[in-house]
Amino acid sequence: MQMQSVSKAHTSLVSSLGVDGRILTMLVVLAVVWTVFQILTMGQPGQFLSPQNLWNLSVQTAVVGIMVGGMVMVIVTRQIDLSVGSVLGFSGMIMALIQTVPPLGWGGNWLLALLAGLLLGALIGAFQGYWVAYWGVPAFVVTLAGLLIFRNATFIVASGRTIGPLNDNFKVLGGGLNGSIGEFWTWVVGLAVMAYIVYQALTNRNRRIKNGLPVRPMWAEVVVNGALLALTLAFVLVMNAFPYPGTNVPRGMPVPVLITLIVLFVLNWVALNTRFGRYVFAIGGNPEAALLAGINVKRMLVAVFALMGMLAALAGAVQAARLNFVTNSMGNLLELDVIAAAVIGGTALAGGSGTIVGAALGALLMSSLRSGMVLMGLPTEWQNVVLGTVLLAAVIWNSVYLRSRR
Amino acid sequence: MTPLVEMRNISLRFGGNQALDNVSVNLYPGEVVGLLGHNGAGKSTLIKVLSGAYRADSGQIWVNGQEVQIRTPQDAQAQGIETIYQTLALADNLDAVANVFLGREKVRGVRLDEDIMELEARKTLDRLRVKIPSLRLPVAQMSGGQRQTVAIGRAIYFKARCLIMDEPTAALGPEETQKVHQLIKALKAEGVGIFLISHDLHDVFDLADRITVMKNGRLVGTVYTQDVTHDDVLGMIIGGVMPKNARPADQPAPRA
Ligand SMILES: Nc1ncnc2c1ncn2[C@@H]1O[C@H](COP(=O)(O)OP(=O)(O)O)[C@@H](O)[C@H]1O
Ligand SMILES: [Mg+2]
Repeated sequence: MQMQSVSKAHTSLVSSLGVDGRILTMLVVLAVVWTVFQILTMGQPGQFLSPQNLWNLSVQTAVVGIMVGGMVMVIVTRQIDLSVGSVLGFSGMIMALIQTVPPLGWGGNWLLALLAGLLLGALIGAFQGYWVAYWGVPAFVVTLAGLLIFRNATFIVASGRTIGPLNDNFKVLGGGLNGSIGEFWTWVVGLAVMAYIVYQALTNRNRRIKNGLPVRPMWAEVVVNGALLALTLAFVLVMNAFPYPGTNVPRGMPVPVLITLIVLFVLNWVALNTRFGRYVFAIGGNPEAALLAGINVKRMLVAVFALMGMLAALAGAVQAARLNFVTNSMGNLLELDVIAAAVIGGTALAGGSGTIVGAALGALLMSSLRSGMVLMGLPTEWQNVVLGTVLLAAVIWNSVYLRSRR
Repeated sequence: MTPLVEMRNISLRFGGNQALDNVSVNLYPGEVVGLLGHNGAGKSTLIKVLSGAYRADSGQIWVNGQEVQIRTPQDAQAQGIETIYQTLALADNLDAVANVFLGREKVRGVRLDEDIMELEARKTLDRLRVKIPSLRLPVAQMSGGQRQTVAIGRAIYFKARCLIMDEPTAALGPEETQKVHQLIKALKAEGVGIFLISHDLHDVFDLADRITVMKNGRLVGTVYTQDVTHDDVLGMIIGGVMPKNARPADQPAPRA
């Protein structure tokens, strides 16, 4: 009896924080994983929680991080996209071909290459979405076909060659030697984010009080926003603690990480604050209700797939810029990482439920596990066994969580 | 008097199944027309034609004396026709506020105006006097009565001239059913026309001014409630025969 009432009080305390339980769980799991890896790699030159490793970890999370928000939207609408790894590779290859100097490439402008690649990704996504939405072909089949087609189209357009080196300006996207924004701008971004957090918290709360709507208790507001501020500050400090080799000059935030954060912020905002986001969830919750409410479900599905395709192309740009040379296997099997990250982050494959923030944490958890296991020298086979187990555990935990809330 | 809504000679096939065969009904302001018939008689299909969910193969829809084309749910809403579907048509993963405004969200710029929607939803649902403690929980976590209330709130918020209620009390207990009856009477007094589909003859006799019966996708006929007995109506539903003494009832019921 006592136990029960204690745990009741505990859950109501947590629920008055107004934060999704699955996200809290993810944060706890991440904290545990990071602590364990730190203990296991203590004393190594690049121990897990060293600025160097965390900085690298952030870059390694970027490619999946850019795509995972789109995958959340796809899955929430009860669809799936298996083609993202191939679309990443194909649009990355096209971007490489456009900018690489002849005879290997066409010697075009790097910015033009980027824009053409993004447009191509969006068109491929829209094309796949069209068959799903207007012809009722299952997304699994359409995008499996897309996986095959675009993986091999990548080979065909480059005649099997590796294309590069890429333009120096384009390579900034990859976070290499010139690919960070430096100490000053990292502070600027960090402080702007912190100002935004405070501004949001205050204006939302005041507006709800003015309108006579319920608000969460003041202490919860302080805890949640305090935690966000602390995380932002810690992030800035870590990013500025990793210098260029042989110097004391901090690199600051890598450009791909900045891109990832912007993409995630925008997608999260769209998901929570716009009609588009609302309809994505409505379609996933009850497609018939969405139709009867006058939502253009077909057009929405095309838009969601187009968005996914464009994000895959953006991730392709970052990946290509990072590698400097694009091979025809770039992005191979990456669709599995993206889907796994979304699912680990609490996205229900049945549709209707998922968060961008959770999925971003899912991506971070996956790359943390990889990075930690690499530091420990675990063979790839064992790494994959662990990641598969984590995926399974996450799915089971999610379904338990969702059932408990019915 | 011009009917608020008139459906003329509506036919609709689903593959080989003639779900609606030349059905005509009408509805005047401030009256309740009960729509009765066995399961599969075509009641839900008929009202879905009116609400823009289905398109008829043939037939016409007239609103306030003018022929209109209803191709989508928005077309129906633009004509002041609101529908509470038998299946409720709620997005279970969204909260009550989101469901009330689904498809017609209030925005400021591109941003959803959640505060206004929450306040308005609260006002509308309070009118129904069914307790809903939090409007911000997914409706999947609500009781049948609360969900039904959200579905009704969704229809009445937008000031319907014509309200379609497809078995609105099927999931409700006696007390909640009573509240819906009061609501129907209040809306009727405001001049709203209501199509009421129900399996409960008592409900229909209590609320409806006229009764339209369908069988196997065809219209059996329309009678004034005051002219008929339960047995007469059962004869129409089961046997498909009109009671002998019933007057033709395509005009609103004379005031008793
Ligand atoms: N979407 C549909 N597709 C095919 N057949 C349908 C569909 N909706 C209804 N029907 C058929 O149309 C007939 C009328 O159904 P319905 O209008 O739901 O009846 P009621 O509401 O009177 O019980 C039934 O035979 C039903 O099986
Ligand atoms: Mg029905």
